[in-house]
Amino acid sequence: MATVTLKPTKVPELIFEGYSINPDAFANKSAAEIAALPGHEGKIHVTIGDFFEVSGNGGETAADTDIVIAGDCTRVKYIGARMTAGTVTLNGNADMYVGGWMKGGKLHVKGNVDSFCGIQMEGGELIVDGDAKNHVGCAYRGDWRGMKGGTIRIKGSAGNDIGTFMLGGTIIIEKNAFIHVSTHAEGGTVIIKGDVEGRVGGQMVKGDMYVLGEIKYMMPGYQKVDTVEKDVDGIKAKFDHYIGDLGERHTKSKGQIVYANLYLKVAA
Amino acid sequence: MIIKGGFIIDPTRKIDGDAGDVAIKDGKIVDKVSSSATVIDAKGKIVMAGGVDVHSHVAGPKVNAGRLMRPEDKFISGVCRSGIAQKNGYRMESGFSIPSVFKTGYDYARMGYTFVMEAAMPPLLAPHVHEEIHDTPIIDEAALPVFANNWFVMEYLKAGEVENTAAYIAWLLKATKGYGVKLVNPGGTAAWAWGLNCLNLNDTVPYFGITPAEIIKGLIEANEYLGLPHSIHLHQNNLGNPGNYPDTIAALKLAEGVKTNNKFGREQVLHSTHLQFHSYGGEGWKDFCSKAKEVMDYVNKQKNITIDLGCVTLDETTTMTADGPFEHHLHGLNHLKWTNVDVEMETAAGVVPYIYDKNVLPNAIQWATGLELALFAKDMNRTFITTDHPNAGPFTRYPRVIKWLMSKKAREATLATMKNTDKVINATYIHGIDRELTLYEIAQMTRSGPAKCLGLGNTYGGLAPGMNGDVGIFDINYKNMPSDVEKIETAFQRAAYFIKNGEVIVKDGEVVSHGHKKTVWVKVKMPENLQVTRDVSQAFSQGTYTVDIRNYPVREYLAPHQSVIDVNVEA
Repeated sequence: MATVTLKPTKVPELIFEGYSINPDAFANKSAAEIAALPGHEGKIHVTIGDFFEVSGNGGETAADTDIVIAGDCTRVKYIGARMTAGTVTLNGNADMYVGGWMKGGKLHVKGNVDSFCGIQMEGGELIVDGDAKNHVGCAYRGDWRGMKGGTIRIKGSAGNDIGTFMLGGTIIIEKNAFIHVSTHAEGGTVIIKGDVEGRVGGQMVKGDMYVLGEIKYMMPGYQKVDTVEKDVDGIKAKFDHYIGDLGERHTKSKGQIVYANLYLKVAA
Repeated sequence: MIIKGGFIIDPTRKIDGDAGDVAIKDGKIVDKVSSSATVIDAKGKIVMAGGVDVHSHVAGPKVNAGRLMRPEDKFISGVCRSGIAQKNGYRMESGFSIPSVFKTGYDYARMGYTFVMEAAMPPLLAPHVHEEIHDTPIIDEAALPVFANNWFVMEYLKAGEVENTAAYIAWLLKATKGYGVKLVNPGGTAAWAWGLNCLNLNDTVPYFGITPAEIIKGLIEANEYLGLPHSIHLHQNNLGNPGNYPDTIAALKLAEGVKTNNKFGREQVLHSTHLQFHSYGGEGWKDFCSKAKEVMDYVNKQKNITIDLGCVTLDETTTMTADGPFEHHLHGLNHLKWTNVDVEMETAAGVVPYIYDKNVLPNAIQWATGLELALFAKDMNRTFITTDHPNAGPFTRYPRVIKWLMSKKAREATLATMKNTDKVINATYIHGIDRELTLYEIAQMTRSGPAKCLGLGNTYGGLAPGMNGDVGIFDINYKNMPSDVEKIETAFQRAAYFIKNGEVIVKDGEVVSHGHKKTVWVKVKMPENLQVTRDVSQAFSQGTYTVDIRNYPVREYLAPHQSVIDVNVEA
């Protein structure tokens, strides 16, 4: 295992597009080579070395490479995007697209992240200790193929459009969420431990949602079918089981129509 | 400028690979130039005229609707902020199936194309089409307004008034700066306003009481009455449905016995476009199969029709057509996002993304069908390479289509990677065809043939003195063809040189100049037809249109670089 440490030296005037900050790009490279990896600031070509002091060499493969970013990256995008293995630990905030299109490995942000974290993720683990803005684990704009696998855990709250067009994988929001959860989803699981404003599971075809707090405005396309006991992310509780979205097309499996499931914790 | 020592392939003069020079002066091909001319060394490479694309959707409202609808299309292959482009001051390129206007111009130029026909222009929205054409760099373009669902046309033809139809066509071509007569799902698109379609040539269009056969026949007659450079350009009824090939042949038969009347060297009276989508057998998707042979057996016999392929390239693409009912039907099949619009009294259009997956049996059969049409064709000067961009695949895949056509090995290699190889072989002819097209035949299909079909054979598509100085130089050694067929694709994807009007536009596959593009349109001069003038002005004054007649035509400033072809109809 080799650890590469990036220490922020300069705050970008615009936003630094750090699409080279991932274990796959760092593997097999020396600290100097890593500092020379490309990025963009607006339309200008820049390098990682323009904004970070790099110490330590990359491992032989991505799996052998750990990246530690010792400082704040509020103005750095695409950290850990497309990574397939290894780890990235960020001791601060990050801008958009953290862990987007990620296929494997572990990405841990100790601060907050902006929008589009984990979009179209296929595997691996993304942990955010703070809050996330909008579009957590959603599909790219316009695309109908969303998150396919992996786990996203936001320990704080999240904004709107969580798991849009989701096909697989798990998203856990430990606090509250705003609107549009699992819109158009055809698979996957979203767990929201706090409250949601509304529009949960609109046009959802398949997949599961768990809400442990309250939903302020329920979608009209959901119907309560029964009450079940479930163990959700370590919490055992009774849930009202709803199916939906009844206004959307649904496939059949073994003669039964497959609906999306919404489990809403029964108030104590 | 003189291009020296290349293997020249020029079907207009029946030159097939002779080493020689091509001289260009003042933008035109000439016999010789002075010794002080710039020399371009083409030794060991092939030299062809600039390519001519007979059918491609590259400008206009539906292309733009596709761009708006599919931001993810730009994500897949955006060539953003490339270092070379930035250094040279070129514009950003983005998009794959619906590239930005800049990428469209650059990519065609990189493939050595000089002329592209926008295949469907809604007349009411012609100003937008021309603005977008003007924004597309390098390539010369023209646009075909759609006529076959136009209320004026249907009413005149119902009454059997070919002359009035012709006068209306003349008026509309002038108003829209259009090039010729396009037909899209004749009658069917209009029927869709009633929630119906015309799948059969003898289905009646509601309200108008006319049939697709009557519309096609009538527009052929009107087109020949005017003597336009291009024939009617037909997107047939019943597109994309299993078992549609008898309808296709029935429509082609409407051209039987009709003689051409034009001064532009065109020999056909009917161009049937993206024939691949119209050459299917089977009752449904389960027994779906290719009928390319049956269709081409007819096309080969019938000298007064031309076709283009509409090859499926097995890509994720965006379908867009004025065939409104078809797009709705397609959305029902794949559940992807969909938009449809109606264009007042003229036409409609729809857009739906589509993924041609080689592992999905019908898609694989469609792929084979497109290639088979070319491989069964006897006259390559009447058979043109297209992908109905972007409907069956993006135009940037022409080099791949060329590779498949030129190499049985390449076809078999693609076939072998499919999930249902055996089933595809059973439902198609492709596996049993050994024919491999030659570079000469490819030049016919992409240069001399389409230029002649469009009535542009005296300026485009060849290297004879007097023609446009448009030359593509490709890094393929004619005498020593690469054993690696992939090299054919790479060579045609990025020309070693592309020269347009005597100016170097592409060098080593990179665009080095924005060139001087032109918009080509056809202006018909004929005696005023009072009936048509009155009908048109009434339609506008009585509020049948939402715009005033003064705002309808394409203003001059929207098409600043015009090249007008005059057609004179005697009184």
